Amino acid sequence: MVWFKREKEGITTSTKDKKETPEGLWHKCPKCKTVVTAEDHAKNFYVCDRCSNHDRIGSEEYFQIFFDEGKYKEFDAKLSSGDPLKFTDTKKYTDRIKATQAKTGLTDAIRCAKGDIDGQPTVIAAMDFAFIGGSMGSVVGEKIARAIDQAIKAKCAFMIISKSGGARMMEAGLSLMQLAKTSGKLTQLADAGLPYISFLTDPTTGGVTASFAMLGDINIAEPGALIGFAGPRVVKETIGRDLPDGFQTSEFVLEHGFLDYIVERQNLKAEVSKSIRLFMS
Amino acid sequence: MATYLDFEEPIKALEEQIEKAKTLGEESDMDMGDKIKELEGKLEKKTKEIFTNLTPWQRVQLSRHPDRPYTLAYINAMTEGTFQELHGDRNVKDDKAMVGGFGQLDGQTVMFIGQQKGANTKMRQYRNFGMANPEGYRKALRLMKLAEKFNKPIVTLIDTPGAFPGLEAEERGQGEAIARNIYEMMKLKVPVICVVIGEGASGGALGIGVGDRILMLENSWYSVISPENCSTILWRSWDYKETAAEALKLTSTDMKKLKIVDEVVKEPLCGAHRKHDEIFDTLKKVLKKEIAALSKLDPIKRSADRIKKFENMGVTK
Ligand SMILES: [Zn+2]
Repeated sequence: MVWFKREKEGITTSTKDKKETPEGLWHKCPKCKTVVTAEDHAKNFYVCDRCSNHDRIGSEEYFQIFFDEGKYKEFDAKLSSGDPLKFTDTKKYTDRIKATQAKTGLTDAIRCAKGDIDGQPTVIAAMDFAFIGGSMGSVVGEKIARAIDQAIKAKCAFMIISKSGGARMMEAGLSLMQLAKTSGKLTQLADAGLPYISFLTDPTTGGVTASFAMLGDINIAEPGALIGFAGPRVVKETIGRDLPDGFQTSEFVLEHGFLDYIVERQNLKAEVSKSIRLFMS
Repeated sequence: MATYLDFEEPIKALEEQIEKAKTLGEESDMDMGDKIKELEGKLEKKTKEIFTNLTPWQRVQLSRHPDRPYTLAYINAMTEGTFQELHGDRNVKDDKAMVGGFGQLDGQTVMFIGQQKGANTKMRQYRNFGMANPEGYRKALRLMKLAEKFNKPIVTLIDTPGAFPGLEAEERGQGEAIARNIYEMMKLKVPVICVVIGEGASGGALGIGVGDRILMLENSWYSVISPENCSTILWRSWDYKETAAEALKLTSTDMKKLKIVDEVVKEPLCGAHRKHDEIFDTLKKVLKKEIAALSKLDPIKRSADRIKKFENMGVTK
């Protein structure tokens, strides 16, 4: 099975950035340093065969993993950010957006699509960390809101794949309100009796954790993902000592009762498909 | 002893001169009336000049002014001895950074909830600087559900530098606690009014910040991050906090322009910290008016409108 058919160059790229290998032909595991061909790495769902390290992947790779035959219909692909605050830090926000769009081929930090998971129609909203750290601004909030409307319209299951550093600072107050906006829309999905699967991947922190990521009918995660509200550096500074091993990993969060299960990428589609079937049939 | 911020120094100087003139008049039989009047005129002019030209960073400083009233002071004053504090989340503990309970506004029972800061070093620690743990948010939710059960309106008073970023807070699900509150507050069948009275920092503020009406006191701030932390992250230095305060559009007037808050509650010209009774009185009047208006609406529609209100927030193209 070919796991990653790239139809358009430029859409998220897990392989493109591997600079330590010539022309991206080889992949070196960041954890155990095992080298495999990029092709084999992709075939193995971007998971290291030896140490089972799960590489960060983007929305396109997840769509390919989940949707039958990799087929899906994307919603609101062109929706992009305004600049309501005329925000400038070391760079203009509008320039930052344009540069990131050019670099990643993405319009913002999330893509939403409908397709089938083992024949079960499902709407997935998948975040892209490559786009300003997967930060949530107005576009992410609006696309999630519209994706929920699509799921309600199609009477199907809904999943968000979280991968985010939190709310986007350059939209300040408006970013913060996306926590409320997305959570409010989830109450409508619940009223329609449709399941929401929250899938947390590396990393899921900040405002995303304090809203939709923790609000799933089931919350599930990939192994070893960083999941938390405050970032580890901030927690470390607060307590003034080193953090215990495994702090804020998926396994830690499961142990403390905030996840339903952890799933390896190889079993991801099968497990999620099973969950949806249990909800919907 | 009153505390004066650097930009309040001219006010302090004039106040001292007035005091001196009064003392002199009393001690020496000299008629200081005209002199005092002149100084009072100057003070009023100076106060106006300073407080009508505040920069966003100065408003941030005012929101943290040590003489500014905190949540319980507002509640106690507005409810005139009828407030009864309720404690605990029924699971882990009682979070001292989050307070709540029923009290009456001229006979109308209201559930009050808010972050609480401390007035001195000992109390600041006791209140954890107004930074709630998950159990604080869960206590808040328990009290909101209690209010809903007995059909009482809810008023939240927001004043926090953020949710506490501690180790146990993470273990007990700080993110989940805030998320759950946001979600549940959307569905509450009673009127909910949220007022930022001081600092409104990020998810820690929003965790009690979902309501039918969102108000901000004039010299409060509300944003996704504090200007200091924003400066550290985006400019990689603490020194750009004033620039960050401007960029974040975090003042009450900017937040009203962005349609994130519904109303700005005017403070006394010299700031809420100088005239507590005046701001208590103003806020009480505003709350009574808001509660009366919201109580007329159908509960289902009120909740649907609340969701719609937040759904409309954001700018895309
Ligand atoms: Zn490896």
